Amino acid sequence: MEPSTTARRAVITAEALDDVLIALTAAGYQPVGPVVRDSAIVLDALGSAADLPHGRGTETSPGHYRLRDRSDGAVFGHSTGPQSWKQYLHPARRKLWSADRDPASGDFAPEPVAEVPVRYAFVGVRPCDLAAIRILNRALRRDENAEGPFIVAVECGDPGATCFCASTGSGPGCTDSGEGYDLALTELTGSAGHRFLVTVGTARGASILDAVPHAAAPQSAVMTARRIVAEARGRMGRTLPDTDLRVLLARSAEAERWDDVASRCLACGNCTMVCPTCFCTSVEDTTDLTGDHAERWESWDSCFDIDYSYIHGGAVRTSAKSRYRQWLTHKFGTWHDQFGSSGCVGCGRCIAWCPVGIDVTEELAALDETIEPETAR
Amino acid sequence: MTTTPTTPTTPIAQNSQNAQNTRTATSSAPMVPARYRVVANHRDTADTHTLRLAPLDQPIPRFRAGQFTMVYVFGVGEIPLSVSGSPLVGDDTLVHTVRAVGAVSAALCQAGPGSIVGVRGPFGTGWDVEDSLGRNLLFVAGGIGLAPLRSALLEALGTRDRFGFITVLAGAKVPAEHLYRDEEESWLAHGAVVLRTVDRLEPDPCTLQVPAWDGSVGLVTDLLAGLRARPEHTTAFVCGPEVTMTHTGSALLELGIPAHRIEVCLERNMRCGLGICGHCQLGPDFVCLDGPVTTFDHAEPLLAICEL
Repeated sequence: MEPSTTARRAVITAEALDDVLIALTAAGYQPVGPVVRDSAIVLDALGSAADLPHGRGTETSPGHYRLRDRSDGAVFGHSTGPQSWKQYLHPARRKLWSADRDPASGDFAPEPVAEVPVRYAFVGVRPCDLAAIRILNRALRRDENAEGPFIVAVECGDPGATCFCASTGSGPGCTDSGEGYDLALTELTGSAGHRFLVTVGTARGASILDAVPHAAAPQSAVMTARRIVAEARGRMGRTLPDTDLRVLLARSAEAERWDDVASRCLACGNCTMVCPTCFCTSVEDTTDLTGDHAERWESWDSCFDIDYSYIHGGAVRTSAKSRYRQWLTHKFGTWHDQFGSSGCVGCGRCIAWCPVGIDVTEELAALDETIEPETAR
Repeated sequence: MTTTPTTPTTPIAQNSQNAQNTRTATSSAPMVPARYRVVANHRDTADTHTLRLAPLDQPIPRFRAGQFTMVYVFGVGEIPLSVSGSPLVGDDTLVHTVRAVGAVSAALCQAGPGSIVGVRGPFGTGWDVEDSLGRNLLFVAGGIGLAPLRSALLEALGTRDRFGFITVLAGAKVPAEHLYRDEEESWLAHGAVVLRTVDRLEPDPCTLQVPAWDGSVGLVTDLLAGLRARPEHTTAFVCGPEVTMTHTGSALLELGIPAHRIEVCLERNMRCGLGICGHCQLGPDFVCLDGPVTTFDHAEPLLAICEL
């Protein structure tokens, strides 16, 4: 793909990342982004660019995640960590309303919780997570035209061994059309110095760039960025089977492979917690000890939980096999029916954070091998 | 696919220079129930009661027969309940028949007149009574399944001359578990045929008396043998345990009723009613949006897969 001639581009130095954060803060945003904590790269509030994981990379494989040092000092030289932007867009736990009951009359009036919105700036959003934000908003049936957080995306130059965004069409690069981001960065660490190519996606992105020292982007920087993304595409750790997964899963309901994966799956739900698009929630009604103060809370739930499918008399999905089938079939199959796209963005989190190292790409490939192609179609 | 856009109601931050950050929040408003007062509680069977509720707040929108609401008991919890009252009733009252099978349903059965409960809804799809004008209507119920059907039955009986034969086939385990015996006379007066059956007729373990029973003994599908109505001009509404619905659906297909004219009422774990909590999924469906009422040609392949 030829670089677009219409997108506004600039080059900033690595030091100017601090100026980006200052400009975002001055514009009323709370910057959040990747930081090193608990031997992982997690997401948290950014005080300055020094909080970012300079020179830290990640090493992932099924059931495995470790930090490693990078010799190039890259700031965004890591693949996705255990957290995702979901924790800001769709909090793990929130109070919906509370009510006090008059003990005499039994009357009560639920008071909705007034949420004070935080104007986040997400710094360091990988292309897979850009797609995840879009998919999550659609699943939660939110107004797609409503203004979202300010997004500083960063193209991927060094995908992890569990990454497969090239298969899902969600990475490793951003689109020139500015889809989903306000500013997109490509990190350049070569002999010309540690710099970032900046692509402007929106007017508010442009106003932030204007507040930061920048130079016009030379064509060489644009071409270098293209090469970095193209090479990253060729270094994907994993790929999805080259088939229509929606059709494959629709025909796999009785596949024997589900017994095989169920013999390994702990039904712990880790994959659903780290997944940037898993949106399911549980609603909990509680009271205090007096019985006259009630609250309703919403919290993340997992289709691996036995209570998830509970109807009177018992759960519908009691076997681990049926619960794994539900998750995988929903993510790659019925998500299309419900929301017009796949639910997977190829970030690889579910592979790295599965305690027994179950690999969705391997499971789908195994289903693809065992299901006979339908000849009369 | 129905979408329900949520309207964020969050206030604008004080120092906001751009528009507020609305997409980071989903409004909690659809999860807040309206208050209703229990105005009548009628005991139908040992464990099943019919409640009439009148609104204290702005009433929920008008419901269609077959839709459900989420009913909240203070401090106990919230459950989905199909509406069992007539949609033709002009006031804003809601009628629900509830069987005590858990904490919330047991609390509802004990909620006397004056008790205050919360209601959200109405949610989901309804029985397609309107689309069956001029046709014969066949209602097939297993156990508590008669409750969601009653709503459509009362709608049809209330505008009786728009339909052909109206037949109700109701099955229950034992005679004492049959619902709405006290209003059967009114159904008959409106020209319905009502056939009831029980799974077994055994002596009561305490009194050793065999209960009085004027209906049949056997499965509800056995009652289909006596039907004479023209199947191609019949719409069937079926509600009961899943196994009853699949067997009845198959039997109705064999009789010649078109699959898209057989409607069934599905049950999954409905929690939010808005298609966002995920719990009620059945294959591609969110039962709270795409159900609970759906046609048998759609439901049959889904119900055929174990633990789907």
